[in-house]
Amino acid sequence: MSAGADIRTSPETHPLTWRLRGREAVTELADYEALDGYAALRLALTELSPGDVTQRVKDSNLRGRGGAGFPAGIKWSLVPMGADAPRQKYLVCNADEMEPGTFKDRLLLERLPHQLLEGMILTGYAIQASRGYIFLRGEYVLATQRLEQALTQARQAGYLGETILGSGWSFDLFVHTGAGRYICGEETALINSLEGRRANPRAKPPFPQIAGLWGKPTVVNNCETLNCIPAIVRHGAEWFKGLSQGRSPDSGTKLYGASGRVQRPGVWELPIGTTARELLEEHAGGMREGLALKAWLPGGASTDFLLPSHLDLAMDYDTIMKAGSRMGTGLMMAVDDRQSMVSVVRNLETFFARESCGWCTPCRDGLPWTVKLLSALERGEGELGDLEILAQIARQLGPGKTFCAHAPGAIEPLQSALKYFREEFERGIAAPPAAAING
Amino acid sequence: MSTDNLSRPTASLIASDRRCGFVFTDAEREAIEHEIGHYEDSRAASIGALKIVQESRGWVPDAAIPAIGQLIGIPASDVEGVATFYSLIFRQPVGRHVIKVCDSIACFLTGYDELAAALRAELGVEFGQTTADGRFTLLPICCLGNCDKGPTLMIDDDLHGPVEPSGVRVLLEAYP
Ligand SMILES: Cc1cc2nc3c(=O)[nH]c(=O)nc-3n(C[C@H](O)[C@H](O)[C@H](O)COP(=O)(O)O)c2cc1C
Ligand code: SF4
Ligand code: FES
Repeated sequence: MSAGADIRTSPETHPLTWRLRGREAVTELADYEALDGYAALRLALTELSPGDVTQRVKDSNLRGRGGAGFPAGIKWSLVPMGADAPRQKYLVCNADEMEPGTFKDRLLLERLPHQLLEGMILTGYAIQASRGYIFLRGEYVLATQRLEQALTQARQAGYLGETILGSGWSFDLFVHTGAGRYICGEETALINSLEGRRANPRAKPPFPQIAGLWGKPTVVNNCETLNCIPAIVRHGAEWFKGLSQGRSPDSGTKLYGASGRVQRPGVWELPIGTTARELLEEHAGGMREGLALKAWLPGGASTDFLLPSHLDLAMDYDTIMKAGSRMGTGLMMAVDDRQSMVSVVRNLETFFARESCGWCTPCRDGLPWTVKLLSALERGEGELGDLEILAQIARQLGPGKTFCAHAPGAIEPLQSALKYFREEFERGIAAPPAAAING
Repeated sequence: MSTDNLSRPTASLIASDRRCGFVFTDAEREAIEHEIGHYEDSRAASIGALKIVQESRGWVPDAAIPAIGQLIGIPASDVEGVATFYSLIFRQPVGRHVIKVCDSIACFLTGYDELAAALRAELGVEFGQTTADGRFTLLPICCLGNCDKGPTLMIDDDLHGPVEPSGVRVLLEAYP
């Protein structure tokens, strides 16, 4: 966390990271409890019904931090409740963080493991889950150790296990570590992976809330989303809404970040709706000496490029969407003016081609084709018509044309780069006839 | 999802491996049984079981596939399907140390090409290969969640970044 102390002055304004003020991490249960830890859980289990907790989260208008921004409370309220509901229900934390340019969940997992557990136990209570899993990418070794330790401590303290805090509700949590493949982050592929299968996505509907893990109702939420829950339960929906300080109709704070060749790359908890300019110029200190901003991705590889002229936009779901991109994970990536957009896009598409799960043909065959064309353009060996083929592939991999959102995500940086930087791609075509340049 | 994508090894190799047999160590068996206990269905332990074998042997030998299938009660072809799907399950021997170099976009912007060139030169191998002395295997990996410290790589369980190309030699010395 490279933000100055001035912007993290109280738990009221920085619900996700205030416990890290002056500390590298809060890994011990006693330290977390001394910092108001598990207070929200005690409150919920003694004074609130599961429905009250869901209502509070619904009222807070918390939107999922995994990329799509789906309201968490609404997702939970689709889970069957009551005496007729299946006895087994599951909660899964999506901690598979592999979206290129995204480094927020690792911070929470390594440095505030109990906060995630508290968020998960509260969510589990709200949906009356019987078990939870933290789907953690295998490369997050330190996070695995710290979460395992936190789980042991929470079990010993009675926050997990049989009839938690005497409430009559029993719940346990397990860490499940992955073995690679970005597609595991897609929630239905994640469920297949958790079941010990190949991580191919499943058709929706049925949605996981109805039939997910082992066919039972399952909620999958992102790690940062779940980290927001304790403070919402503790301080209330209205307070959470106020955290955006009028910068956005969205509520709460967000872990924003900046990477690329900026002065001080990092991640900061800021009111949701903070502008991209503030992120880049104030928090990241602007571009490195001698470099200028050329383009930026708002939140991960699977978002559309925006331009320097978009920097004053509020980083929230609807504003960035209206500008033709998506906020995604909210960690912006700055492309400087020394970079070739063709090379940048070739790098991005190489990632998407390699990480395709191979289930459906447009994605499995289309993405390697884009890499082939982009590589030729990069070497200056492109052919006339290549840009039209790229644009056509982009259309054929769009929303609704493939089995999951991997391919539509993959073409977002491609289509936007073609829109804003077409001349750079044209320059990669070998000896174009004059007519083609003008036409 | 059963026998598709069975690109390696050939069927006859699998058959001969089956005859060779495969014996779990007590520790492996215990760890896999513990893992099974975390799930409603033992199949869910298939990836964990592969990782447990890999942890103790460095890679997953072909003969381990039917043995894992038998232990957790699923067809060997399903275990093979899983083993070939996930990129961090190694189906051939790797070096004593595995270097995973992030080749995703933030690291690409901050010097991946130079770092990769330095590693290839220092090790004398390409990505996907192991050094002749069996010390290092060089692999690409996607974003390691360390994008503010690019270019980034992992050696075994250790995350390093930013890594200067000129610092590669010294860095590798810590992994004999
Ligand atoms: C290809 C692909 C990869 C994804 N990877 C992740 C991921 O690593 N982490 C994550 O939280 N969500 C990821 N998602 C989004 C999830 O499918 C899902 O929407 C999210 O976990 C829901 O959590 P939320 O509602 O709390 O945001 C991915 C989606 C796609 C299509
Ligand atoms: S779009 Fe790609 S990742 Fe998604 S199911 Fe099809 S092949 Fe798999
Ligand atoms: S892009 Fe290399 S660590 Fe994220």
